[in-house]
Parts: sequence; structure tokens; C-alpha cells
Amino acid sequence: MGKVYRTHILVCAGTGCVASGSLKVRDKMISEIERHGLKDEVMVASTGCNGFCAAGPITIVHPEGIFYKRLNVDDVPFFIEELLIKGRTVKKHLFTEEQRNEQIPIMNDIGFFKNQVLVVLKNRALIDPDVIDEYIGRDGYLPTSKALLEMTPDQIVEEVLTSGLRGRGGAGFSTGMKWKFCKEAKGEVKYILCNADEGDPGAFMDRSVLESDPHAVLEGMIIGGKAIGAHKGYIYVRAEYPLAIQRLNTAIGQARDYGLLGENIFGSGFDFDIELYYGAGAFVCGEETALMQSIEGKRGMPRPRPPFPAHKGLWAKPTVLNNVETFANIPQIIMRGGAWFASLGTETSKGTKVFALTGDVTNIGLIEVPMGITLRQIVYDIGGGIKNDKGLKAIQIGGPSGGCLPASIIDTPVDYESIVKTGAIVGSGGMVVMDEGNCMVDIAKFFLGFTAEESCGKCTPCRVGTAILLEKLTDISEGRGKDGDIEILETVGRNIISSSLCGLGQTAPNPILTTIRYFRDEYEAHIYDKKCPAKRCKALITFAIDPEKCTGCTLCKRNCPQQCISGEKKMPHTIDQSLCIRCSLCYDSCKFDAITVA
Amino acid sequence: MAKLKIDDLKKIKEKVQGTIAIRDGSHRAKITVHMGTCGIAAGARTILNAFMDEVNRRGVTDVILTTSGCAGLCSKEPMATVEVRGAAPVKYIELDEEKAKRIFADHVMDEKPVIEFALVQGSETTY
Amino acid sequence: MNPYQIAKEYNAFLQNESLTEFKDKIDSILEDYRERRGGLIPVLQQVQEYLKFLPPVVQNYVALGLGVPSSDVYGVVSFYSFFSMKPRGRHLVRTCLGTACYVKGIQKVIDKIERGFDVTMGGTTKDRRFTLQGVRCLGACGLAPVVVVDENTLGQVDHAKIVKMLEKYE
Ligand SMILES: Cc1cc2nc3c(=O)[nH]c(=O)nc-3n(C[C@H](O)[C@H](O)[C@H](O)COP(=O)(O)O)c2cc1C
Ligand code: FES
Repeated sequence: MGKVYRTHILVCAGTGCVASGSLKVRDKMISEIERHGLKDEVMVASTGCNGFCAAGPITIVHPEGIFYKRLNVDDVPFFIEELLIKGRTVKKHLFTEEQRNEQIPIMNDIGFFKNQVLVVLKNRALIDPDVIDEYIGRDGYLPTSKALLEMTPDQIVEEVLTSGLRGRGGAGFSTGMKWKFCKEAKGEVKYILCNADEGDPGAFMDRSVLESDPHAVLEGMIIGGKAIGAHKGYIYVRAEYPLAIQRLNTAIGQARDYGLLGENIFGSGFDFDIELYYGAGAFVCGEETALMQSIEGKRGMPRPRPPFPAHKGLWAKPTVLNNVETFANIPQIIMRGGAWFASLGTETSKGTKVFALTGDVTNIGLIEVPMGITLRQIVYDIGGGIKNDKGLKAIQIGGPSGGCLPASIIDTPVDYESIVKTGAIVGSGGMVVMDEGNCMVDIAKFFLGFTAEESCGKCTPCRVGTAILLEKLTDISEGRGKDGDIEILETVGRNIISSSLCGLGQTAPNPILTTIRYFRDEYEAHIYDKKCPAKRCKALITFAIDPEKCTGCTLCKRNCPQQCISGEKKMPHTIDQSLCIRCSLCYDSCKFDAITVA
Repeated sequence: MAKLKIDDLKKIKEKVQGTIAIRDGSHRAKITVHMGTCGIAAGARTILNAFMDEVNRRGVTDVILTTSGCAGLCSKEPMATVEVRGAAPVKYIELDEEKAKRIFADHVMDEKPVIEFALVQGSETTY
Repeated sequence: MNPYQIAKEYNAFLQNESLTEFKDKIDSILEDYRERRGGLIPVLQQVQEYLKFLPPVVQNYVALGLGVPSSDVYGVVSFYSFFSMKPRGRHLVRTCLGTACYVKGIQKVIDKIERGFDVTMGGTTKDRRFTLQGVRCLGACGLAPVVVVDENTLGQVDHAKIVKMLEKYE
């Protein structure tokens, strides 16, 4: 029987909160608690990402489950005194819901958390990811023991097929089918790979899962190994994720110590081990065949399929590659049954999906929702609506392979089929909310800049095509757009989609095609009126000073890097348009709203 | 470290569960010791320790123990509230170690409130 | 180039850059991976950790050590953005170019850094104090816009304050 404490103080130690200083907060908590002689009554632990990163550093106090935000090191002595000595909730750090304008102490009452359904993230903010025992305490490794001791490979595959789980890495291919193909492939040596390259910009689901529950991913891989007959797994993880790498290394070490990785696991006769492999910063390496090339030590370039990796993958052996989140679902499917999993979600899209909700939404963070929830519910019920009372303009879903969906179709349910119909894809889970201040041409240009840069260059349609699209978009956003440009974008886009070698090119035009489809008038304003309605595209806007409002404080003049603002003290200033580079510094610094943008 | 067998896994699980059960709110009973300034002065810490010893000694995993601020009835301290899931909370007053042990045995374990130590049955619930 | 020449140039390079202390470490990495399949990328990652950059002389030496063509090494170094062939500054300033950071105004932050320290994206200041890089999403989108200086993540960066924040790094 483990020791009982009256209070558990759980400090979030995900990347976001660590960046906001949460490790120092935790250490200070421990020293304050010792100072008060409460060490035997109160437990302090660090957990993985809680998801609500923008409110960090985050602390949760149990048993009440009270959520404290922005609790910094300097706040700790007061906090501990109030909480533990005086026994009060510390109001100052409670979360305030803007619409209701009231403080909400209990984490699960906060809209952001209340509307989520946790399967993949079931352990989030509840266990210390560096302590394997805590994972085991929440049923960890029971699924592995079940799969290894009580199930045949066929039964495992069958269970996964029943669950209806589809790959969470973007394409949404049936995981059960993938495993079945590989299981049936001939070969003594097979591999199972985990894709933790997470390349989509604006997405951090996999990072969060790895940081808060690394063992769940390891378990998914062990079970997958048993199903297809692989004894070796690799996790391909981005070098940009140092904390996730550290947690994975710790988790693998602990699992080996316990004999949960290695030979004869649980005395079942099944051997399995996992090795980490660090990605070196190429988006295309997230693509399955490129990823395998990269592990083999080569330039990460995709190759045509077939042969599919299930027959010829890593080192030309039958291989299964799945995404982090896909694997993290597996233990629970084994434990609670495929039918249970299939009861969540919609007809064709089962289970839950983790999204990284970011951008101009009030509550930014990581969320897990059942498939079939509408975009509206995500943005308003969970996200708390748009920041600063602005209007919603678009929701970008699916990253560089996805699209921008306008506010008018916000009631679309989030499942694979419905989202594809809109021209976007569910993708890996990036969801960036944009308010009226965003220019859709500019956003399309941003994504094309990304894909053109990351195109590996092997196939011509993608290499040359993305460059053409980017050039056209640049022309349009800089006032050189011509009649017919929209049509060129559409034709070239469609050609790239139909003729590229891999998923990168096949989806790269989506951001353009969706913005044209839903925001054509904005393209037209750029092309015909030489105007940017959102006032983002620098070449199409001018800054001016309103003489009525200008007090002549000289602040803008001092800030201007071009020194193109002139005027006497206490007299209205003016901007020399021929020198202005539209850096917007004057606009940002003016305290009197005297700078106008047109 | 020796390799885990399935029984070892279950042992670890039980051990840890006792510690971390408090975090997911799935408890059967909750004991709240009121530890405002007056409560502490009146000896609330001894009561807390008594309850904690009971929990540890009996190895129960579905009971959580917590503290709260002043219950607003300083003259009757030390006090504690016991909430068993599905029943109204009971406030106990003027506690000592012996009484705490009895409350634990009768009310928490057997779900029979100890009427003679109770102030009232039913009160505001605490979060 | 014959092996003797490659080693000679490599040694001269270590001497010039005062990196000789890493010589043995790098030789043992090469030794470790010599027989392993697919070792090239991990080797380069580790070597870069010591030397901070991978100019052609180093690439040739790695090729020699692993027994692979130096064109393969060059192919890999030039493909992955993680590898650098130019020396880096004392501090690496990585600005996120992901979507969330873009929407939250990373461009203004970058403008300020470029102007404040007279450096361009991808370049290094003359005094080799800072190297400014743009990187793919850092996975800290909840804190957008994000800048990472060496190992420190700065979140919700205010463009008006970034230059001051960087002044701390000598
Ligand atoms: C350009 C490109 C980048 C990709 N990046 C990722 C990635 O970062 N993470 C990921 O899991 N899948 C990525 N994928 C999808 C993988 O190719 C593959 O479909 C997926 O990892 C399979 O796992 P799943 O079936 O579990 O989704 C990418 C695909 C393409 C074409
Ligand atoms: S977009 Fe910048 S951290 Fe993700």
C-alpha cells in the first residue's frame, strides 16, 4: 500500500509550462512545504502537458481538482501558506471564464476541459511521466500483458479492426488493415515504426502525448509488434523536441529495467525492443517512405509505392509505420475492447482526436474531442470564442495539406469524410483559428512558402509547381496580380495534386484552393483593386498620421527605423511615403491611435 | 531489477493506486479536516494524523483525506466532515484521536455515521 | 583526395578552430558506428554537437571514418536543415516559422531582431554573437510567438521587448 497524502500538488512540466518556469515553481513548492514541516502530508509531483499551455505555469491541487494558472515562483510562498496552512483556495490564480465573467476553481468545470473526452490523454496531468510506477498505477502495461499472454496476433488485429481506428498521422488509413497486411507479409524480420516527426506547423499533439504519457506509446508499439511479428521498433522523433526525447529515453530505460522491453516479456516468450532515432529537420521525412530512407541514413526522399511498406519497408523488410497518437490509442482498445472504442465518434470516424487549438482563440491549448463534434463547439465551447471580441474569419485545419474554412460552415462535423468535402483534411490535428485581421492570400502564401521550401525536389510537379504557385501569390500580394491569375492558381494546383509523387505535393495546393473557394473576393480585391481588405499585405497598404489625433509626442519619430517621420514637438507629424517600409512600428507604438492604415 | 511477472505488475499497481487515487476523484469517501487557525490551535493536526494513520494501516485506496479552512464554528474545533458517496455529509465536532479512530471504523468503513459525535447531518458540500 | 590528405586537412582545421580537444571523441564515435547500418545521420548529429558546424573537411573525414563516399555525406548534410556548413554564433536564436506563431506576429519579432543586431535570417552577427535561424514549428504553439535561444524557450514574445531580452546573452 502506497503512502497516503492529504494533498497532491501537481505542477505541469510540459514544454509550454517549463518555458514559463514551472520547474522552478515545483522546486520552490517543495522547499516551502519542507519549511512548514508538511513533507509527510503533502505530495508535490510534476506531470506532463496539461494542454492549457497559454495559462502556464499551471498547478492542479487534488483532491478537489482545483486549477491554478500563472502561478510563478514568486507567488509560491503566499500560495503554500494560503492553501496548506490556512486551508483556502487562492483566488488570485483561479481561472476566469470571460463570457461568464466568473472564477471557476474546479478544473473539470472550466469549459476548456469540461467539453473534452479523454482517451489518448487519459493520464494527462494525473501522473508523473518519469515514474513508470505511476503509469502502472493507472492500469499501465496491463494491456501489454493481456496481448502477450492471452491473445494471438490474429485476435489483436481483429480487435483493432473492430475498433475502426484510423491512422492519426494525417491520411486516416485503417490501422487494423495496415497491421493485417504486414502480419500476412512473408519475412522473418519485420519492423514497427513510430512516426514522431510531427512536421505540421502549428501542431503539437504528438509532442504532448510523448511528454505526458510516453509509456502508452511504447505499449502500443509492443502490442503492434506482437500482432505483426516484429521484434524491433524505432521511434523517429524530431530533434527539436528535447523534452520529449528525454522522457522517451527515461521511459524506455525504465521499461527495460522492469523487463517490459527486452527478451521474454512477462515470460510470454515474446521479445521486443525499441530504439530512438532523431530526425534532422526535414518536413518530408514525415512521409513514410522518406522516413525509412532517413533511418537508413540517406537523404529522406519518398519513393513511389507500391511496393508498400507492409511488404517492403525499412531495409526492404515488411514494416508498419504508425503515428504517435495512433499507438497511444492501442492499449485502451486492447483493454476495453474494440467495440467500446467504436462506440465513440461517428459511423466512419471512430474514437477521439487530439487537436492543437491555437491562433486567435481565447483558450489556446491541446484538446481531445470525440470525432463528429462540430467546429463551432470546438471554437466556442472549448476555445471560448475569439479573442478581443473580434469576428471569426477562418479555421485552418490540416496544416499545409489542409485548408481554411470560413465561419459560414462552422457547423461542419469534424470527421474524415465531412472535412474532406470542404476541401480541407482532418490531418494530424493542427487547428489554427483566425480572426478578421488575417488576410487569406497572405495565409495561402505562408503555407506555399512552407511547402515550396520543404519539397524534397525529387519529382518535378511538386518542386516546380509549388514554386510557380508561390511566385503567383507573391505577385498578387505585392500588387502585381493580373486578370486570370486565379485561374492559373487553380489549374496549376490541380495538376500538382494529380501528378506529384507523395502526399506533400498531392496536398500542397489545398491551402490555395480552399481560400479561393471560400474567399475569392479577397483575391479579387488584391488583383483588381490593389487593396488588401485585412490590411496585412505590406505592398498594398499605406500608413498615415491623422493630424487631428497626433499630439506631437515624437514617439513614432524616434521609433521609425527609416527615419521617415518628421514633425516638430507638439505639432502633428507626417510620414514620407517614399521611404516608408510599412514595418508598422509607428502604428504599434502610437498611444493616441493617430496612425491610420489604408 | 528482476523481470516483472504479471503478479508483480499487479502489486505495483495496488501500491501506487493508494497514493494516486486522490487525483482522479473516483473515491468512495472523503474526510475533510477543518484546519483554519483555530482548528490548528485546537489540535486539528493530531486528528489529521490519526485519520492518515488509519488510512495507511488499513490500506484502503478509495478514501481520500483532505483539509479545508475554518468551518466557522471555532468553539467546537477540532472538526471534520465525512462524506460517503451517495449519503449526506456529516460534520463532527470536538474531536480527539480516539473519536477519530471510531469515526473511521464506523462511518468511513462501515458507512454508519457516529451520531453522538456529530453536529448535524447535511450541510453545504465543499468542493 | 587520398586518406592521408583528408586527415591532414581535418587536423589543420581542428587546430585553426581550436577544436582539437574533441578529436578523440569524434574518432570514437566513428569507430562505434563503423559497422552499423544507417549510422551516418546519428554520427553527423553527434559530431555537429561538438564542432557546431560541418564544413567539407569534416564531411570528408566522416566519410573516410565510416567508409562511405563523401558525396553521400554531402548529400545528407545539405538535405537536412539541422546540419550547418557555416560556423554558428555563440548563441543560436531560433524563431518559429509555424502557423500559430505566424498568426501571432512572429514576423515583427524577427524584424526587430534583424534590425536590432544587424543580422539577416540564416546569418550570423559579425562578432559571432548570434546566429538567427527560422525553424519549423517548435511544438510550443500554445505560447506563440515563440523564440528559442540556445536551450531556453521564450514564449508569448513581445516584439517591443525582444531586443532587450536578447541583450542578456553575451
Ligand atoms: C509530407 C508528409 C509529411 C508527413 N508528416 C507526418 C508526421 O509528421 N507525422 C505523422 O505521423 N505522419 C506524417 N505523415 C503521414 C505518414 O506518411 C504516414 O501516413 C503516417 O505516419 C502513418 O501513420 P498512421 O496510419 O498512424 O497515421 C506525413 C505525410 C506526408 C506526405
Ligand atoms: S507554430 Fe510556433 S511553436 Fe508551433
